[in-house]
Amino acid sequence: MPAEYPLRFGDNALVLAQRLCAWVGHAPVMEEDVALANVALDLFGQARLWLSYAGELEARGRDEDALTFHRDAREFCNVLLVEHENGDFADTTARSYFYDLWASLALGELTRSGDERIAAIAQKALKEVRYHLRRSQDWLIRLGDGTPESHARMQRAADGLWRFTGELFIGDRLDDEMAANGTGFAPERLRDPWLERVHEAFSAATLTVPAGTWTQRGGKQGVHTEALGYMLAEMQVLPRAMPEARW
Amino acid sequence: MYRILDDVPDPEMPFVSITDLGIVRDVRLDGDTVVVALTPTYSGCPATQVIQGDVVRTLREHGAKDVRVGVRIAPPWSTDWITERGHERLRAAGIAPPAPHARCPRCGSGSVRELSRFGATPCKALYRCNACDEPFEYVKPF
Ligand SMILES: [Zn+2]
Repeated sequence: MPAEYPLRFGDNALVLAQRLCAWVGHAPVMEEDVALANVALDLFGQARLWLSYAGELEARGRDEDALTFHRDAREFCNVLLVEHENGDFADTTARSYFYDLWASLALGELTRSGDERIAAIAQKALKEVRYHLRRSQDWLIRLGDGTPESHARMQRAADGLWRFTGELFIGDRLDDEMAANGTGFAPERLRDPWLERVHEAFSAATLTVPAGTWTQRGGKQGVHTEALGYMLAEMQVLPRAMPEARW
Repeated sequence: MYRILDDVPDPEMPFVSITDLGIVRDVRLDGDTVVVALTPTYSGCPATQVIQGDVVRTLREHGAKDVRVGVRIAPPWSTDWITERGHERLRAAGIAPPAPHARCPRCGSGSVRELSRFGATPCKALYRCNACDEPFEYVKPF
């Protein structure tokens, strides 16, 4: 089994966790500060499970810390959606909602993986992500069906991120291989159930589902937006400058 | 050996033990080595590593020669695994134990509202009682 497969799921969780952490101390209300930190913590925990498995499969002596702090952007294989900057609270909500919904479907598929370890991690992560999804969907609806300003900002956020959602449903050779041998799933299969749920939530939120079909892609193959480089620079600077540093 | 672990408190809620929380999945002897399997409550729970150290220390203090603590993530932890004693201890500490509907740990009222889906630790949500106005933490069913 190629290490890159669990690494993809780990990088998604890791990058989103790092992004969400930047809200700590800046969220609109204290409860949200705590909530965003807790979601980030869950995602870091999930990333750790995926990355330590990837490190074992790779067998090059890299543990989850080495994979987190000593890879460059080109080696990260997260989807572009999660590396997108935080923006305002509506942007963060849209990003989390699109990701949480996709992750709940993807992890649901992986709980049936023929690879025992993948199935176990997916089972654990799925429980947490379902809870995250309830929260991000609540906010999407609350802001969409809120004041004229919150509605306009939620709509603008969804429109702005829409072109990064298509990548979630585009398989490549590794996806095909993993789907064929019963380890993974074909990403294309998730598109319809994902869209159906988006339509339901957007209707409850009085929002319009964005129409565009053109999509940004490449994250899974290591081709990222400039935003990831800046984020990694901040995340990695300390362990790179002081490799022996310990808490 | 399992009973010895009754004395290991949860680092974030020290009024309950790790056995109350149901995170000790297995304790057995492998030669001279005590092998313990723990399950994390949440993937990112920072207490997990502290608990591992506490388990090793406590078993050594009780005479175990070697202790090996492993993490078992499947099946995933559930609040259903919190024991009856765990429920009592949570209530006594002013925290509502997991239930289909949260009840105020102070006055027992079922008329409560959610303030936030997350509390001070990942396993808790923040509630307020409509009857007595008491804000309280609720270990959410998970
Ligand atoms: Zn009350």
